[in-house]
Amino acid sequence: MAHAVEIKDLHKSFGELEVLKGIDFTVDQGQVVCVIGPSGSGKSTLLRCVNLLEQPTKGTVRVGGVELTDPDVDIDAARRRLGMVFQSFNLFPHMTALQNVMIAQRRVLKRGSGEAERVARANLEKVGVADKCDVYPAQLSGGQQQRVAIARALAMDPDLMLFDEPTSALDPELVGDVLSVMRDLARDGMTMLVVTHEMGFAREVADRVVFMDGGVIVEEGPADQVIGDPRHARTRTFLSRVLDPTHAGDEPGAGSAPADAGPGS
Amino acid sequence: MTDHLTSGPADPAGPAGPAGPPPGRARLSPRKRQRISRAIQYVVLAAVLLTVVLVANWQGLAENFTKLDVARQTLPELFTVALKNTIIYTVGGFVLGALGGLLFALMRMSSVRPYRWIATIYIEIFRGLPALLIFLLILFLPLVLGFQLPGGTYGSGILGLAVINAAYMAETLRAGLQAVPRGQMEAARSLGMSHARAMATIVIPQAIRIVIPPTTNQFVALLKDSSLVFFLGVSGEYVELTKFGNDVASTTSNATPILVVGLTYLLVTIPLGYLAGRLEARQAKGR
Ligand SMILES: Nc1ncnc2c1ncn2[C@@H]1O[C@H](COP(=O)(O)OP(=O)(O)OP(=O)(O)O)[C@@H](O)[C@H]1O
Ligand SMILES: [Mg+2]
Repeated sequence: MAHAVEIKDLHKSFGELEVLKGIDFTVDQGQVVCVIGPSGSGKSTLLRCVNLLEQPTKGTVRVGGVELTDPDVDIDAARRRLGMVFQSFNLFPHMTALQNVMIAQRRVLKRGSGEAERVARANLEKVGVADKCDVYPAQLSGGQQQRVAIARALAMDPDLMLFDEPTSALDPELVGDVLSVMRDLARDGMTMLVVTHEMGFAREVADRVVFMDGGVIVEEGPADQVIGDPRHARTRTFLSRVLDPTHAGDEPGAGSAPADAGPGS
Repeated sequence: MTDHLTSGPADPAGPAGPAGPPPGRARLSPRKRQRISRAIQYVVLAAVLLTVVLVANWQGLAENFTKLDVARQTLPELFTVALKNTIIYTVGGFVLGALGGLLFALMRMSSVRPYRWIATIYIEIFRGLPALLIFLLILFLPLVLGFQLPGGTYGSGILGLAVINAAYMAETLRAGLQAVPRGQMEAARSLGMSHARAMATIVIPQAIRIVIPPTTNQFVALLKDSSLVFFLGVSGEYVELTKFGNDVASTTSNATPILVVGLTYLLVTIPLGYLAGRLEARQAKGR
């Protein structure tokens, strides 16, 4: 069977700046893959290339056997099967939580209003914000907004969910709620590609962890190995800075990596 | 303002005594100085008012501008014909122009370069020309086209206002569309919506909210510009407020109708201006 996601020799440049310099990897059905790496390493760009919010400069992206980078593919149809969750939520501010979850079901999947509402309520319930159906995003906390955003993506019955640092914009005490929703999703067998700085989550939930730096994959493997016992010096440097920020830079031999990561942020 | 009045009287002392500040001023506290300055302003105001009252020809003014029987003659046509037509011209021009403006706004942001050129050229031309000139051009349009515009004077008047409004609305709408965060379009696209569908259901509704206050102001400006229909040589059932006021004024040889018409404009423009201000304030607070 085809991989859920298959990326081959993916390059992406913004003008002169080459952000992705040849990425190859796959995600299998039901797997959770976490992408970690320093700021500016191209994680978001990679994720956005998977659903073609960014047009790759070179290389192929296949999702569920369909090549999205084929210029003749119906990209709108293909995107319906990919859910995306953004760092900044991107809820539609002129609609209530319920309407946010219903709009694409109605307009894209052409579901009737009764069915769309039923699906929307079920998904809002699943992410724990059933009581906020009629509230506008501005009146929700960040954690609630992000959970509505997850429900909005799930309501489209996606085969694959993409998360771009879903908890980075949240106050620390709200991170847990969102992570536990994601954990439940993973347990239910959802295929997920997650960019995150939450190493605890990655270790617990991810089948595989991919460490990116400077537009290439430096290291990938089982979570315990990449996070617990990294092989590459760049991975070790990055992890020590993330896990113990106060002692960042104390590391001997960490000279080159921070200099690489610095200007990107 | 205040500074002028306070420093004014002290100026003559300046060139006379280069040896620092004049001794008289140093004794005044800022508060006292402010009080004197305000007193001077009131004196000036009173003097101007008194002059106006003495010089003005009150009798003549009253006879020319506030003759009740002449004012009564404007009724009911003032409302049933003139105001109605002003509103028809304005609303027609506004709606048509807003649609055209939306089209030009989208063209201006298009990835097709010639579209951007066309929109830019249109906007620059019609924002740069005096409105009156556009109306004068429209008079000659049938000659150019070889046929009359549909709708008679309504058609010409509405077209003139629409042409002007489209240019302004294009810029307002473009600013509104660009004020909607990029993430909104991306979220909509990632849910499988086409670009057009995302625009129509997600981006444009938000942009419209953003542009409501400036658009209200634009509507008021257009309402005033509708007086230029005057120059299309309208008559009878087509007259709008200004032309109507002018006609009655000339048949009665009295300026009262002009005053009445002016008040009628204000009846519409002041509440709308107030509304726009309120909407602006509310937007500045929320979201
Ligand atoms: N639309 C764009 N135009 C130009 N440069 C861009 C664009 N998007 C991203 N970049 C650049 O590409 C590089 C990688 O960005 P990307 O957002 O993928 O990094 P990231 O790994 O997600 O970082 P972070 O952890 O800060 O989110 C950065 O240097 C960024 O400035
Ligand atoms: Mg990012």
